[in-house]
Amino acid sequence: MLIAVISLAVMGGLFGIILGIAGKKFAVEVDPRVEELLNFMPGANCGACGMAGCGAFAEAIVAGEVNPRLCAPGGASLYEKIAAIMGTDVSSYEERKVAQLLCQGGFEQSKMLYEYKGVHDCHLALANFKGPKACNYGCVRMGNCSRVCPFGAIQMGSDGLPVINFYLCTGCNKCVVECPQQILQLVGVSRQVHVRCLNTDKGKDARPICTTACIKCKLCEKNCPEDAVHVVPFGNGTVALVDYEKCTNCGICAAKCPTKAIQKNAAISEEVLREIGIPKDEEPGCQSCGVCKPL
Amino acid sequence: MQEYLIIIVSAVLINNIVLSQFLGICPFLGVSKKLSSSLGMGGAVSFVLVLSGAITWVVRHYILVPFDIGYMQTVAFILIIASLVQFVEMVMRKFTPPLYKALGIYLPLITTNCAVLGVAIINVQKDFSFGKAMTHSLAHSAGFTLALVLMSGIRERMEDADIPESMQGTPIALVIAALMSISFLGFSGLI
Repeated sequence: MLIAVISLAVMGGLFGIILGIAGKKFAVEVDPRVEELLNFMPGANCGACGMAGCGAFAEAIVAGEVNPRLCAPGGASLYEKIAAIMGTDVSSYEERKVAQLLCQGGFEQSKMLYEYKGVHDCHLALANFKGPKACNYGCVRMGNCSRVCPFGAIQMGSDGLPVINFYLCTGCNKCVVECPQQILQLVGVSRQVHVRCLNTDKGKDARPICTTACIKCKLCEKNCPEDAVHVVPFGNGTVALVDYEKCTNCGICAAKCPTKAIQKNAAISEEVLREIGIPKDEEPGCQSCGVCKPL
Repeated sequence: MQEYLIIIVSAVLINNIVLSQFLGICPFLGVSKKLSSSLGMGGAVSFVLVLSGAITWVVRHYILVPFDIGYMQTVAFILIIASLVQFVEMVMRKFTPPLYKALGIYLPLITTNCAVLGVAIINVQKDFSFGKAMTHSLAHSAGFTLALVLMSGIRERMEDADIPESMQGTPIALVIAALMSISFLGFSGLI
């Protein structure tokens, strides 16, 4: 009886010591800030940030590897909490980027070469004489970007062009990679003025095939008070491009542009973004991650 | 040599720990949804099984038998297995965090995995020498991994299958387990 108790106690003690040493040796250090951040995360594990889930995102924030603004469901209120926990300033976070379409060649604006009746796919349509549109630089209007968007942020509009919902767009870059014409671009969400044409042909070639093409008149360049927009060499020609570092969203170039290739959008308010962010204590409910939209 | 061969063949195919002896069913049904995590689980169980097979043999032959406290066998074996699982968990958490997350609750559950204790007890019952006990443990862990991998392969295919609503999930998994068990019965004529 005594032997049984003693031998078991010795064995137990021995294993305890071994486990204790191993526990010290293989300890995984968890930053307390990760736990704290997780308390404020929406907890939707939607993947809008590009991480495996809220846990991975919190770890990446603490490691300083990601921009906290990537959390779309969190909204502005979350960014403030992250800033408080991490001891940083919200304004120092790089702003959220959204996809912008750099083409306005809808059914009315651009001329067609032929009627395409093949498979509904941008790449396949482009394989036939560089696409059904006369313009070789613009949107093919077959909606690959809309299909590839995991958040349902891109819908095909009535003019055949994709319409991007900037509140749903998380800047995941999938549409930018998919677009065969490379006319989708990730730009900071606060940028309002964009040259929505990438036709690098000369004005006299570009104008007849699309009413809203950049004709390289340089009116924007001459009128810009900030020296932010220039007609620069691009591809095998030139096109007007906005320097987003300098642009102040004044919109003078958009007003002067004779073909309205330059557009000034309505501002995307931080207020609305703040409303989109749903605090965690309201779950279970919609986290507005947008994943359900395409389903 | 032939004895070892018989031990291996009988442990892997004829007396497969899951499909013939019905031990370790919990991870067999729980972690068999994805091939990668089932391989990880097989690896973890194999590690614990072989190591616990070795330690329980030593403990039995140098502590339990000399002191004549064979009746403490189950308690002592559980103690060893639980400590080993703790150890494996620590190592995995440190070196393979993705696998640690994929296995989830099933990793600590290896503690109560009857396959591990079962093999240790079979080693005792058959009165194997150390070499034979190790071969036996290894072969059984291979058999366990084999069953798990086969199951996960079938379940991955089932994702695409059109299964009646009332049969989805656990019911169809149990039916498959039963069919696999019956087919493994065919190996019984091997030796």
